[in-house]
Amino acid sequence: MEEETHTDAKIRAENGTGSSPRGPGCSLRHFACEQNLLSRPDGSASFLQGDTSVLAGVYGPAEVKVSKEIFNKATLEVILRPKIGLPGVAEKSRERLIRNTCEAVVLGTLHPRTSITVVLQVVSDAGSLLACCLNAACMALVDAGVPMRALFCGVACALDSDGTLVLDPTSKQEKARAVLTFALDSVERKLLMSSTKGLYSDTELQQCLAAAQAASQHVFRFYRESLQRRYSKS
Amino acid sequence: MAAGFKTVEPLEYYRRFLKENCRPDGRELGEFRTTTVNIGSISTADGSALVKLGNTTVICGVKAFRSGPPGEEAQVASQFIADVIENSQIIQKEDLCISPGKLVWVLYCDLICLDYDGNILDACTFALLAALKNVQLPEVTINEETALAEVNLKKKSYLNIRTHPVATSFAVFDDTLLIVDPTGEEEHLATGTLTIVMDEEGKLCCLHKPGGSGLTGAKLQDCMSRAVTRHKEVKKLMDEVIKSMKPK
Repeated sequence: MEEETHTDAKIRAENGTGSSPRGPGCSLRHFACEQNLLSRPDGSASFLQGDTSVLAGVYGPAEVKVSKEIFNKATLEVILRPKIGLPGVAEKSRERLIRNTCEAVVLGTLHPRTSITVVLQVVSDAGSLLACCLNAACMALVDAGVPMRALFCGVACALDSDGTLVLDPTSKQEKARAVLTFALDSVERKLLMSSTKGLYSDTELQQCLAAAQAASQHVFRFYRESLQRRYSKS
Repeated sequence: MAAGFKTVEPLEYYRRFLKENCRPDGRELGEFRTTTVNIGSISTADGSALVKLGNTTVICGVKAFRSGPPGEEAQVASQFIADVIENSQIIQKEDLCISPGKLVWVLYCDLICLDYDGNILDACTFALLAALKNVQLPEVTINEETALAEVNLKKKSYLNIRTHPVATSFAVFDDTLLIVDPTGEEEHLATGTLTIVMDEEGKLCCLHKPGGSGLTGAKLQDCMSRAVTRHKEVKKLMDEVIKSMKPK
């Protein structure tokens, strides 16, 4: 992994603009991902979605405090730092969501009595923050070489008062009636995590879920392309 | 006649008794009223006592807490409850206003877990809803001349509860099996959990799935229908309780 330090692949990939069957409101913003940019952590990644940007660092598998160790699997820890101010209760609840998502995919049983720490720093927030954090965390875990069952991605969508769906909403679009964030796995597109805000009906939920599953295809294709480009250099 | 004298010159009235070394209620100067004490009446608190001194009654409950900031579980749960309140718009914040720009009610909701055996989110949401339905706010009027608030304790009104969010929690086992209302042990063994908060129109206030094994859309649909039935059960229970309490 250390050979790559000077050839950090700064990958900019295009994404599915308007290729979703539903219409103009369903396009995802421009993605960008950069890996292996920090020297201290075992793995790091920076994920950009439009103007939202999150930097993630992964330390592990490393030694764990005896009070926190689990005898048969790795202890996963997530620390989320907001852009300004001290981390509060909202950050704690987001950390819990991201941690549980990672625990579902990371093969912790291969590294018992160790700790894997994911540190996320919000660089800029312009909507879909939780989704961007999830994507950054996934890329950083891949960069660190942590064994995983599947990859995961975060997709956010906003529901307007008249029922229109907007994927990957900006901060302005997030002031809608409801905002739903999903984490989907790469193998079967199953729902790993969901966190919602606002009121919505059952059918709208299914619609959002279907749209998110379609959008996740683009995200996973982007992951694949960026990793291919990085590893094909050497 | 004694009553009239007491109203006009209360101090003189009292002095007449004191001169005879006794008090209006018949006691000696050094005599206490009948004191009664009742210990351990609140079984859920770590310690409790009820003391009556004549007509004055005081009850005290002691609950031991670990000092320091609330644990992570508590923080996550409190954030969840805050989100439910915000999303379901259970009360309009404007209803709490007494006088625009000057005085407003602030409601502090303290949820204390006395016993933990799984499914805390469902219990918390239900407790919050029941407590809010029970809240009676006294009428407050702003006196025009003194600009002070006058509280009329005799005239109390209930809060206007607009929706009734009810939480239903599931635990996922081995990616396929779904069980409702997991106990502490089941939560520990489960591979994932899911909480759905629904209001009476079938609208979802919150779909909280903090990681864990994946779920397909069909499974989610089953959970929704179960949540709808649960909502009906809980609403019926609450209406019964409120009705039985109303004549106060």
